[in-house]
Amino acid sequence: MILQAAIYYMVFPLLSVTLVLGFIRLLLGPTLPDRIIAFELMSITAAGIIVVSAITTNQAVLLDVASAWAIVSFLSVIAFSYYIEKWRGRP
Amino acid sequence: MNEILISGLLVIGSFFMLVAGLGMLRMPDLFLRMSCSTKAATIGVGTMLLALALYFEDLGVATRALATICFIFLTAPVGAHRIGRIAYLVGVRLWEGTITDELKGVYPADACLPFGQECLIPDIDAPEVRNDIEQGPE
Repeated sequence: MILQAAIYYMVFPLLSVTLVLGFIRLLLGPTLPDRIIAFELMSITAAGIIVVSAITTNQAVLLDVASAWAIVSFLSVIAFSYYIEKWRGRP
Repeated sequence: MNEILISGLLVIGSFFMLVAGLGMLRMPDLFLRMSCSTKAATIGVGTMLLALALYFEDLGVATRALATICFIFLTAPVGAHRIGRIAYLVGVRLWEGTITDELKGVYPADACLPFGQECLIPDIDAPEVRNDIEQGPE
């Protein structure tokens, strides 16, 4: 009871506000690495939303989804930094 | 009692995520923003995964949750270090109030330039850069 109330009135709104803040930085970040770290923050927040969804729906399988999501997020950051390193001077 | 503990952990975790988002929006510099988002978001997701492990009370789920916590704690600094190093190399400007820059002069000025070109990442919204993009490389 208190868990459902805490999740629906505190946790999901805070995580949604975090997504919106990250998206604002993604839109107006002046350089490319700014946008990359905003995207990383958004994907980590999405992993947190998946974890909370595992509690609300009582499905432990969603934990595997969250861990795979974390792996993909890390790999995307590494790939972005690799391509910035190979960048030839044009955006 | 257990429910109160779990909901407290979840609220603390989401509060840390909110702090990370605020820092991402309000900090003046790429490197300060990166420090905020990496530390606070790592703690936030770790706390929420701990709450998940407490909620299911199952050995397999708890093990996977702890493995995911370890993975995030190991990989978030690695990704941040890589992005920060590349950003410093391509010439992202530091904040005006920065008082120490220990990498100043460590790398040669053309460290990131394969062909000796101009190395600053241009502001995409600046008009001359916009003209450059639209006209394409000469």
